[in-house]
Amino acid sequence: MIPSLPRPVWLRAGTALYLVAFLIFLFLPLVTVGVFAFNDAAYPAPPWHGFTLDWFIGNAAKARTGLFGDEELLGSIWTSFEVACAVTVLSVVIGTTNAFLMERGRFWGKQALSVMMLAPLVIPGVILGISILAFASRVADVLNDSFGLELEFLRPGLPLVVLGQFSYIAAIATLTISARLKRFDRTLEEAAYNLGASRPAVLWTITLPYLRPALIGSAAIAFLMSFENFNTTLMLVGADSPLTIMMYGRMREGATPVLNAVSLFLMVASAVLALSLMRRSEPR
Amino acid sequence: MDDTAGPAWQRRLMVGLLLAPALLWLFALIVLPHVDLALLSLRERTAPREYVTSLAQYRTFFGEPLYWHIFVRTAVMSLISTLLTLLIAFPIAWTIAKLARGRLGTLLFIVCLIPFWVSETVRTLGWMILLRESGVLPGILVHLGITAVPVELLYHDATILVGLVYTSLLFMVVPLVSSLESLDNSLIEAAYDLGGNGLSILRQIVIPHALPGITAGCIVVFMLTLGNYLTPTLLGGTSSQWFTEQIYTQFITRFNWEQGAAFGFLLLALSTSMVWVGLKLSGQRFSDVMRRT
Amino acid sequence: MNATTATPDLKVSSAVKRFGDHLAVDELSFSVARGSFFSILGPSGCGKTTLLRMIAGFIQPDAGDILIGGRSMRGVAPNRRPVNMVFQQLALFPMMSVGENVAFGLARRGVGRAERTGKAAEMLERVGLGGAARKKVDELSGGQRQRVAIARSLVLEPTLLLLDEPLGALDLKLREHMKIELKQLQAAFGTTFVYITHDQSEALVLSDHVGVMNHGRFEQLGTPQQLYYEPATPFVAGFVGANNRITGRARALNGSVVEVATADGWVIHARASTPVSVGSAVEAFVRPEAATLGRTAAELPAGQPSHAGEVESLLFDGANSAVLLRESATRFEFRIALPQTGRYADLKVGERILFSFDPDRAVCFPAGVSHG
Repeated sequence: MIPSLPRPVWLRAGTALYLVAFLIFLFLPLVTVGVFAFNDAAYPAPPWHGFTLDWFIGNAAKARTGLFGDEELLGSIWTSFEVACAVTVLSVVIGTTNAFLMERGRFWGKQALSVMMLAPLVIPGVILGISILAFASRVADVLNDSFGLELEFLRPGLPLVVLGQFSYIAAIATLTISARLKRFDRTLEEAAYNLGASRPAVLWTITLPYLRPALIGSAAIAFLMSFENFNTTLMLVGADSPLTIMMYGRMREGATPVLNAVSLFLMVASAVLALSLMRRSEPR
Repeated sequence: MDDTAGPAWQRRLMVGLLLAPALLWLFALIVLPHVDLALLSLRERTAPREYVTSLAQYRTFFGEPLYWHIFVRTAVMSLISTLLTLLIAFPIAWTIAKLARGRLGTLLFIVCLIPFWVSETVRTLGWMILLRESGVLPGILVHLGITAVPVELLYHDATILVGLVYTSLLFMVVPLVSSLESLDNSLIEAAYDLGGNGLSILRQIVIPHALPGITAGCIVVFMLTLGNYLTPTLLGGTSSQWFTEQIYTQFITRFNWEQGAAFGFLLLALSTSMVWVGLKLSGQRFSDVMRRT
Repeated sequence: MNATTATPDLKVSSAVKRFGDHLAVDELSFSVARGSFFSILGPSGCGKTTLLRMIAGFIQPDAGDILIGGRSMRGVAPNRRPVNMVFQQLALFPMMSVGENVAFGLARRGVGRAERTGKAAEMLERVGLGGAARKKVDELSGGQRQRVAIARSLVLEPTLLLLDEPLGALDLKLREHMKIELKQLQAAFGTTFVYITHDQSEALVLSDHVGVMNHGRFEQLGTPQQLYYEPATPFVAGFVGANNRITGRARALNGSVVEVATADGWVIHARASTPVSVGSAVEAFVRPEAATLGRTAAELPAGQPSHAGEVESLLFDGANSAVLLRESATRFEFRIALPQTGRYADLKVGERILFSFDPDRAVCFPAGVSHG
């Protein structure tokens, strides 16, 4: 119950205990991953063989490939980064135009469209993946058969991965940006018009600055969701594997602690991103 | 974009310009691919590059017990996992929204979110190191004398559930916290003042108020669990028998797209119908619920 | 208050509540007689909400005790106390109908469905909402919601009904109307009401007794008339009703009448409410309606010291119209109520006019006697 109501001691103790147990459950896997990145053994498993940085900086003498010597792994991080950047830009742009369309526009079928925009969020990612895969292949086949065009980007590969991730991340960006635009006080724009500002000037100096937190927030979410995406990517991926796919492949084979090293690297990167975002939003 | 100013043609042009990307997105990436998928699932290959329209793919599904066994198993496991997630997340959401005040609440909320900034792959790797036969927990169990030899904790249904619940927690905690935060404390105080106790307040005040958040959380968690691939295959191994695996096998391994498309549609139908049932049971509207997540 | 008769419904003895360094309730003691309407009046932050929530049981006192119906409430949970509360924002349950709201407490007591539906309907009838049981809470107007909130509590027949500024959220017109309705409801039910408010007019109109609270203590506890005519402290004089406040030094004493001189040298006469020594700093209060206007000395009541002033501005407000004067010599601002006969309706800004007041109707305190 809430603090103003009496809570018996057993309930307070129970709550605290539950909270601690929950936090352990939450962080145990992450801590484990981090710790075993430094274990001086060929496999990420106990017992502890002592501290080493081999799994980061590699060591030819010990015949171990560390993260910074693993070209394949580094390449997949770069691939994920490229994909995430593309998805982020696309999603934020479309999310913004959608927000203006839904909050400001008046047109026939708006209600239906707004429900449709939410649909990608309840379609399992695997199905988004296979449907886009099948459709792109069909379009490519038709173009090939009829016009002799061979459009490589419609075959499994990074462009399709970007489109597949974008198909649902755009819906999230739309929701985030719309929510903020809805709360916008229209009289601010009216005041700006009243003071002689032109439409583009109002958009640039009043409305978009107001939307900034939502734009930054949705960009961060889009980047992260793209970087972490597995289900949709798995169906659309070609020769170049993004990081999650690469890691999955190696985990099935039973990998060396270099995976722990790359995981720790990801955790630190996420934490830095999260902290910098929070610092930005703090003064507000 | 402004519906109050400017001549009519200008407004229409604006709406048109904004509508184009939205329609392109929804039709090229959502609607048409799914129509295509439906058509794909309804054809049968009779000879190389020769196809006829038929329900053969669906007949295969219903004729082969293995397939629908996996289908039902996936649905039931997802349902159990969703309920477990709700039960585990609710007290945490309550603590964040009602008990921890001010900065402490915010801090707790952020702490709960942090693990989800990290990829599911990484988190699953953690569970594998913890649970496998040569892993941390079996070692501890031997050390404590609870088991004589290290036991394999991976590849059980319970393991899959632990992984699924873990992955889903965030998507349950966030809507629960936002719906509980909007519950005015004075309603609880009033109910208490009128003689209510913990249980009756939970049943009559808290749950009815939080129902949109509960629905939103359950729908999203169920959908994500049903469509999960990574966690069941890695934590469940060969015995995971998750339906998305079948889809992957048909599409990528066997290159039997027609069969894979049919499986995909069945999964989509299951997911959609569960979303619908969830909305009906709680009396919520789809768009209201989705805006909460 | 007459604590000699039956056990008071509420007795607060030496209650203390501290939040960190802030003393919200400071050794407060008082009691409320059965069937009376008691108000706690004070500015925001004076501790009145803390006090009310302490009586309801949502806050535990650090020291002291609270007795309801003669029974100590130490360690008694809010849902076991014979008190019910009408919350500031009413806290009607939006997920239930009006009837279910009223029947909620009965259901918690295990009253059967048929009986509680009947009782709820009957109670709604008594508050003038017969037939509204099936309505949803958000279909009601502000005043109706108010009545539902009261009905929801009164149906449990509490010893004490606590009301936390329930009129605060209403607009002015409705507030005036609800004031009367509250008073009538209290009279009809005979339940003891403890009401907190920062609006002195609500407290005066509604209450049998009022405690004026400031910095966690009662400045004065008395009937509305006592507070208005015999304020015990400068704070009460300033907070209850309109008043002209004149600070200065006591120049001479004549029985109980003090001669007060302001820094600029304006001299007035006022009755000392507490003993005042010559030469000490004092503050005097004169109610706008205590002063009389006159165009000639003959129009003023005989025997009262007269003053002269110029009209600074006219404040027309129907029956509450007043004129703001500047005393001729010192430019001291002074407010006087216009007589309701319509006399002086032709007063002009800048016009010179005489005024006087009975020293007995002006009160004088040593400066800074207020608690805290």
